[in-house]
Amino acid sequence: MELEWEGPVRQLDGEIANIRRVNPDDDRIKSLEEDREARLRDLYQELSPWQTVQVARHRDRPYLLDYIKWMFTDFVEVHGDRRFGDDRAILGGPALLDGTPLMVIGHQKGRDTASNLMHNFGMPNPEGYRKAIRLFRHAEKLGLPVLTLVDTPGANPSLPAEERGQAQAIAESIAVMLSLRVPTICVVTGEGGSGGALAIAVADRLAMLQYSILTVASPEAAASILWRDASQAPEAAAVMRITGPELVELGIVDSLIPEPPGGAHRDHAGAARLLREHVLAMLEELRGEDVEDLIRKRHDKYRNIGRP
Amino acid sequence: MGRKGLGWYHGESRAASAALSQKGVGRNMRDILRRSHREDERDAGAGGDLWVRCSKCKELLYRPEHEQNLWVCSKCKHHFRVAAPDRIHITADPGSFEERDADLPPMDPLHFRSGVRTYREKLEQSAAATGSPEAFLYGLARIDDSPCVLGVIEIEFIGGSMGAIVGEKVTRAIETSIATNLPLILFSSSGGARMQEGVVSLMQMAKTLARLDDLGAASVPFVSVMTDPCYGGVTASFAMLGDVNIGEPGAFIGFAGPRVIEQTTRERLPPGAAQSEFLLSHGMLDLVVPRPEMRTMLARLLRIYAARSTAAYGSGEAFLESRSAPPEKVAVGA
Repeated sequence: MELEWEGPVRQLDGEIANIRRVNPDDDRIKSLEEDREARLRDLYQELSPWQTVQVARHRDRPYLLDYIKWMFTDFVEVHGDRRFGDDRAILGGPALLDGTPLMVIGHQKGRDTASNLMHNFGMPNPEGYRKAIRLFRHAEKLGLPVLTLVDTPGANPSLPAEERGQAQAIAESIAVMLSLRVPTICVVTGEGGSGGALAIAVADRLAMLQYSILTVASPEAAASILWRDASQAPEAAAVMRITGPELVELGIVDSLIPEPPGGAHRDHAGAARLLREHVLAMLEELRGEDVEDLIRKRHDKYRNIGRP
Repeated sequence: MGRKGLGWYHGESRAASAALSQKGVGRNMRDILRRSHREDERDAGAGGDLWVRCSKCKELLYRPEHEQNLWVCSKCKHHFRVAAPDRIHITADPGSFEERDADLPPMDPLHFRSGVRTYREKLEQSAAATGSPEAFLYGLARIDDSPCVLGVIEIEFIGGSMGAIVGEKVTRAIETSIATNLPLILFSSSGGARMQEGVVSLMQMAKTLARLDDLGAASVPFVSVMTDPCYGGVTASFAMLGDVNIGEPGAFIGFAGPRVIEQTTRERLPPGAAQSEFLLSHGMLDLVVPRPEMRTMLARLLRIYAARSTAAYGSGEAFLESRSAPPEKVAVGA
């Protein structure tokens, strides 16, 4: 998947590859690589909101299972909502992070047609949210902190999803998460799309990866609602304040987690290492907090968003 | 155009109905009630002021009669949309509604502008068109003499979308219920989130639910009535979590609207899908109540819940106490 505006970097990549093919020890390679790094850094220092959307949606971006692979020493995926089925767009289970047991729950997207069909492009059905609710309860019962990783275009809009109560499932998931008697941390790792993201995102700490987005509706949907023209998505992205720095400024997101140079899609292990460090730091902050205080602060935090 | 014609509906005299315009009503209720019904206006082309055409069966309806029928088509029973002040008028006992936070001004958290037009201007226009400063109004009311907190979303105000102030007022309605121990009745009709407020709008789902949880802890009943259309952030937060969920007949209710579903799945929805009766049969609603019976149904629920404070059953504390003995110590592997 090529990002159009990465053209200059790709050109250098081509040059380096050509030289290397002739002589892998050519002196020019080092300086060209330095040049490439610098350009990449410059490009990613000033991404426009629409460019950030493209990076957040990048097919090579690490997804839940990638982070799980790189971050945890142990993980057991558990399945099913005990009511209807096992959603493959929300996965989760208990895991060990640096010796600390926690419950990890998140959206999972696919990279090719087969895996996208399996994970429904990261768009959960009600069963996904009901599985999340079950895992929240599981964590609460055992006193495990909860970590959610958010990366979804939104909840699945389909008639079967409506039949099984998509709206109710999302509402209940938010409500359960708001009053969970264990510390909760949410990190938006890619696309935080609307209610389908919020359902597992109301936490004591809400963080965003540097090039992730959090939206009330996708830029395309917002543009078609606002201007009846989905092609104005870049304009919608620009005015709706969907990037991490803008949301920190608005006081909705608590912190930003840096990504490796040129974005998480270039270095899964590096992205996971940065995420792991920040999650451990947030866990440390929340350690020993009285549970009643925790819930009160969590309620107050959301009560005060958009308070005149 | 007055509202005296509805006196019969409340079983009250014309005088009592007229009292609505004199006392016990918020300042802007009086102003708002002078407005004519907007959906009527839109359809008025067919026969001037006195006639309204049903958008569903195309029947011409005589306006004064249509109003007496609570904006339900006398031929096909299609439920027209109702402006929020009219909804309060046909739901609450005459003169009983005391609006709260009527003057809460709108907010523009993103300083949003689209093209040359600012969101502020859009808010002002919507306020002028609907007579309400925002898309929600609430207050204390009585329904067949039972007191409650009553709130209504104004669908004609930017599609009844939930921005910061709608979220704030819904939250305050819940807080009023907690403070007064009075049951909460909310009529919801909404396109979903308020695009112009971005993620602040999204977070209103969490804001309202944080307080709804406290309402549960305070053991105060919540009746959620959903009317056409009701989608997105409103159904995916407080509206679907009523102790009793009620829909009006034929109302489209759901997470995603039919257009979004059809665009995404590229399939036509079967008739009736995603409407109240469909939701009832799938267990998402408790009741589908025709508009002329709504007041009676709400009054009945309120009567039942009002009796609970005098009922003889406790909170189960004794039972919990009996269970809270410290766990017995056992020696493992001894």
